[in-house]
This record gives sequence, C-alpha cells and structure tokens, in this order.
Amino acid sequence: MAYTGVMPSARSRGMVREARHLLFTVAPGATWIVIFLVLPSAYLMSVAFMTNGSYGLPELPLSLESFRRLAGFGFLGWSPGNLYTLLRSLWQTLVSTGLVVIVAYPIAYYISTCRAKWRPIMLLLVVVPSWTNQVIRTFGWMNLLAPGTPLSELAEALGLISANMGLYPSNFAVTLGLVYNFLPFMVLPLYAAFEKLDTAQVEAAQDLFASPIRAFWHAVFPQTLPGLLAGIVLVAIPAFGMYVIPELLGGGKGMMLGNLVANQFAGGANWPLGAAGAILMLIATFIGLYAMRRIGRRLGGGEEVVI
Amino acid sequence: MNRAIENREGTPMSDTITAEAIESPGTRPAGEATQGEAAREASSIEMRGLHKRFGRDTVALDGVDLTIEAGEFFTLLGPSGCGKTTLLRILAGLEEADDGRLAIGGKDITEVPPHKRSVNTVFQSYALFPHLSVRENLAFGLKMRGLPPEEREARVAKIAEFIKLGDLVDRRVDQLSGGQRQRIALARALVNEPDVLLLDEPLSALDAGLRSQLQVELLRVQKRLGMTFVFVTHDQQEAMVMSDRIAVLNGGVIQQVGPPREVYERPANAFVARFMGHDNLYPVTARQGARLSTPIGELTAENPGEGGLLLIRPETLDLLPGEVAGDNHLPAVVSERLYRGSHAEYRLEIGTSTLQATLNNRGRHLPEVGHRVTVSVAPEDLVTLSE
Repeated sequence: MAYTGVMPSARSRGMVREARHLLFTVAPGATWIVIFLVLPSAYLMSVAFMTNGSYGLPELPLSLESFRRLAGFGFLGWSPGNLYTLLRSLWQTLVSTGLVVIVAYPIAYYISTCRAKWRPIMLLLVVVPSWTNQVIRTFGWMNLLAPGTPLSELAEALGLISANMGLYPSNFAVTLGLVYNFLPFMVLPLYAAFEKLDTAQVEAAQDLFASPIRAFWHAVFPQTLPGLLAGIVLVAIPAFGMYVIPELLGGGKGMMLGNLVANQFAGGANWPLGAAGAILMLIATFIGLYAMRRIGRRLGGGEEVVI
Repeated sequence: MNRAIENREGTPMSDTITAEAIESPGTRPAGEATQGEAAREASSIEMRGLHKRFGRDTVALDGVDLTIEAGEFFTLLGPSGCGKTTLLRILAGLEEADDGRLAIGGKDITEVPPHKRSVNTVFQSYALFPHLSVRENLAFGLKMRGLPPEEREARVAKIAEFIKLGDLVDRRVDQLSGGQRQRIALARALVNEPDVLLLDEPLSALDAGLRSQLQVELLRVQKRLGMTFVFVTHDQQEAMVMSDRIAVLNGGVIQQVGPPREVYERPANAFVARFMGHDNLYPVTARQGARLSTPIGELTAENPGEGGLLLIRPETLDLLPGEVAGDNHLPAVVSERLYRGSHAEYRLEIGTSTLQATLNNRGRHLPEVGHRVTVSVAPEDLVTLSE
C-alpha cells in the first residue's frame, strides 16, 4: 500500500505511451479507410434512398423507388430482367468457383510435390498471366472463341453450338473467362495449405487402415480446408461483382450484377438505382461470407478459418 | 493360429484373437482377450531376399534375409542410409520391395497394401493428425476398420489407461509436448492391437532424460503385451538397452544378427565393431596358435577366432602403475584422461599406436597424464574379427 502514490502515475504513463503507440500505428490506416471506404460507402447508401433526377443524378426527396426498380417494378409493371441478372450472377459465381476449385486443387497438389527448387517457378507460371491487364487477356479470349476460330468450329462440329454462332459471346465464354482469371487466387492458398501438410500423415492414415481415397478424405482434405475456403472467398467475391469479363465476353445475354450497376452510373444514368444495386451486392456478399464462416467452423474442427 | 487365418489377407484383429484363443487356451479367455491389452499370440516375421533400389544408383536393400521371432523386441541398427528405415517401410507396406518375399505370422503379405496389413507404425515425426483431437487420433485406425463408436470409445479408454495418458486424450494435438506426442503416437498404433508394431526412431526427437524414461516405458509395454516390436535406431546404446536381438545393417546388407551382448562383445566384422563404439582395432600381423602379433605388442588370446583384426574392448583393460612384467602386459604412456565421475576414459600411447581404456573409479589411484603405466588384459577378453 506504500506504493499507492506511485502506481497510478506509473500506470497512466504507460497508458499514455500505449495510446501514442496506437495513434502512430493505427491512425494512418484508419484515416485512409474512413476517407476512402467509410465515407464513400455512406454516401453510396444515402444515394440509394434518393430520387432519380432528370440527368440520372440523385435528388431529394428520399424514397424507396430505386429498390422498387431494382426488384423489377417499372413503368410497364414487373419485369424479370434484374432478377435474371442477379440469378445469373449467383449462378456464374457458383459454377466458376466450383470449376476453379476442380482445376486448382490438382495443380496446387502437384506443385507441392515438385522438388523444392521447381516450386517457385511453377507458382510463377501460374501467377504470370495475371500480370497482364485483365482487359487485354479478356480480348485474347474473344479472339480465341469468336465465330470461325478453330475452337468454335470444333464446338460446331461436335454439335455443341449451332452454325456460325461461335463460342463467344455467351454465358459459357463468361464462365471460361472467370475460371481463367481467378485460377491463381485459388492455386496460391491451396498450395500454401498443401505445403504445410506432412506427407508422413498420409502414410500414417494408410498405416491406420485407410484406403488411399479415405486417407485423402480423412487426413488430407480437412487440412487443406482453410486454404480452400480462403481461395473460395478470394474467387467468389470478385467473381460475383465482375464487370470486365461479362461485359466483353457475355454480350447482351451475359450481363451480371456488376454490369447492371456500372450501367446505371454510365450510360443508363440512374445513380440511385446503381447505388441500390451496389447495396444488394454488398448484402449478398456478406451473406456468402457468413455462410463460409459457418461451414469453415463446422468442417475445420478446431482451426479458425480467417475470412 | 496360422491355420485359421492362412487364407486371408489383413485379417481383422478380433478374428485373430479368437483364433488364438481357441488354439492356445492357456493365455486368457477369449472375451477378455478381445477387450484386453492385446493378450494374443504374437506374430513372427520372415523376410527372404528383399531388394530395394531407389533410382538407378541408390541401393537401399541388397538381399535381406531375416527372421524375427514372435514376441521379440527386435532392433534394426545402422547409420543413416543403411536401409533400416526402408526395411521398416517395406514391413509397413509403405514401400514395395523390388524383389523378395515378406511374410508375417506365416502368411505372405508381399503384395498386400498398407491399409490391409495388421501392422501399425510409430512414425519418427509421430505424424499425428493436427485437425483431429487426441481422442480422434487414437480412434482413427478403429474408425477406418469400421468398429462401432461404442467399441472405439471403450478401446481408446483402455489404451489411454494402459499408456497412462490421463487427461491428455482431451487435449488438442498442438497442446502436447514432444514426449506426450510420442506416447499418443504409440497409443494410436497399439490401440489397433496389430500383429507387429513398427517403431521408426520414435525417441530420436526427445532430450536425453525423457528419452531414457520412455525407453523403459516402451520396454515395459512390449514385455506386458508380448507383441512383436521392430524398432529402428541409429543409437547403439539405445539398441542394446531395448533389444532382445539386434540386426546391424550397412549398405543394405545385414552385417550381424544377435543379442546385444554378442553384437557388442563379439562383433562379426570391423564395421559392426566400429559402429558399436569400438576404437581399439589392430591388424594381426602374425600368429602362432593363440599368440598374436600386433602393432601394440604380442598378446595371448584364449579363443581368438580366425579374423585378421584384434579387438580390445576399453572396459576389459586394467592399468597398473609403473612397468610390471607379465603375460599380456604392455607398457604405455597416458596421453589423455577424461574423468567422468563413475569412471575415467584414458587415451594411451604404445609406440606409435593409441589405445582407449575405460577404468571404473573404485577409489583407487587413477593414473594421470604423462604417467607410465602397464596395460593388462585377460586372454578371454580378446577376440579377432574379419575386416
């Protein structure tokens, strides 16, 4: 008790130091986030609740008109166009993410089994294409899939498409573009998960009466789950909001939510509707993330999946 | 026992136990045996002409013939790269021999995949599953074999009690220390009551104190279960402490098989002698009956054998102060002394040769560096071996 006079001052000095430390480390980032994320998002949200003005710019009074429009209610009654766009976005996200997993899983496994000196080179080969501008790469696919190209003619010969249609523009081309574009984002986290895996564990599983398939399912797969879930998040969220690929490869039938939103801020010029679309995307993303978290908790056992 | 299960591969444990209980009723009632601490007839292992090659040039095993008796604590001893781990992996089925046959308990399992062998392994890295709890780790093999949950639980509880795991079963794998992991790995293999337990340098990652404690524990477990243990190590001390018999390997070839005393005291060749820690090896330059001429002098051996190398074990030497004439007495000078409390290790110079001696510290006068001494050795302690 003799120290009562000293202790508080010593402690408060420590707290001051800690507060200063916090200020210097956290403040720059926090300021950045507030200025470039929080404020614009707040503005975007407020725009969604305004009325569409004569030049597509937001005006008062406040209304829910843009959400009504988003839900498909227009001057001519209800139309399913926007609903189709939403469903198409979800479907494209689901299919392309699934395909990315199927393609990336063996690639990541294979790279992890290569000799240590080859692994960085193999990973580089996976990543290098993404150093080129996305628009240019997507134009590349347009040239590969357009009517009259060998791939299109092959598809025609196999009876997969009707004559002179080409593989592009189509929903298929969009899926292909998405899978191609997001492959590295799945390979890298999966590779990290595979690299951590002790191969002796696979042998231990087989030693403990697990057939090769069961050894994979019980010993390998659960340990790659954190990487898989991280990859799904890295692929699915940007894929859901993708603008460039459906714009270039989808044509009129391939529009996704990202295009709907972008059009409202550009050509269509209806900011409140665009903002409402952006909020819809945000909500859908959060629902998706929450679901992933639940799945991760359930399947991952003790391991916390960081999302 | 073999008759009952001859025609089956990877016989489930309970069947084996039943067969054993019928044919050797002396051990335990069948009901108890099924539940119990693997009170079952142990299996022998037969290896015939095993060859294994990695790539074009690396020969891991070059014709291994070996019989391991049922219930034996058998150690494969050798330096790294001698083929001992490859041999163990072939027993586990994790590696396939290029040539040769392998039988456990009288049935040929050369072609049987690992998950169908009644053999379990304690891995060097333990290879516990980090995504599973300790309890799930222990039950893994039982689950893969399709045992119902209640039986799995009962068996896990039993093994946890037997290995004295206490509350470890409720921890997560990443909360365990090295010694605890080792014991979980042992329990995870034992809970399956395998015909043969394979141990791949299971103690090498532990510090010295824990290591000797676990050596004793492992030995106790093996004696109580009467199970066949095949143990791999590069540590000759560990091999001698643990084993009923040791096989010393080098270059994929078995150099010697025998009980620890035999391997240590009468090594088959210079490699075995050096690997068992012997440095006092001298070429026999001439011999007249039991009288051997060597660079350190003339010595009489009682039963020297025909080899061209004389082995003098350091602990068989006695050091007498000054120069004392007599048979098997050699004059020497002390060039180094390492005092180790219970004993002292000496390096002695005899002409241009050196000789190692270990003396028990029995309160007598210990010669010091620079002293002239007489080395004395009994004829019955001298053996020769081939190069």
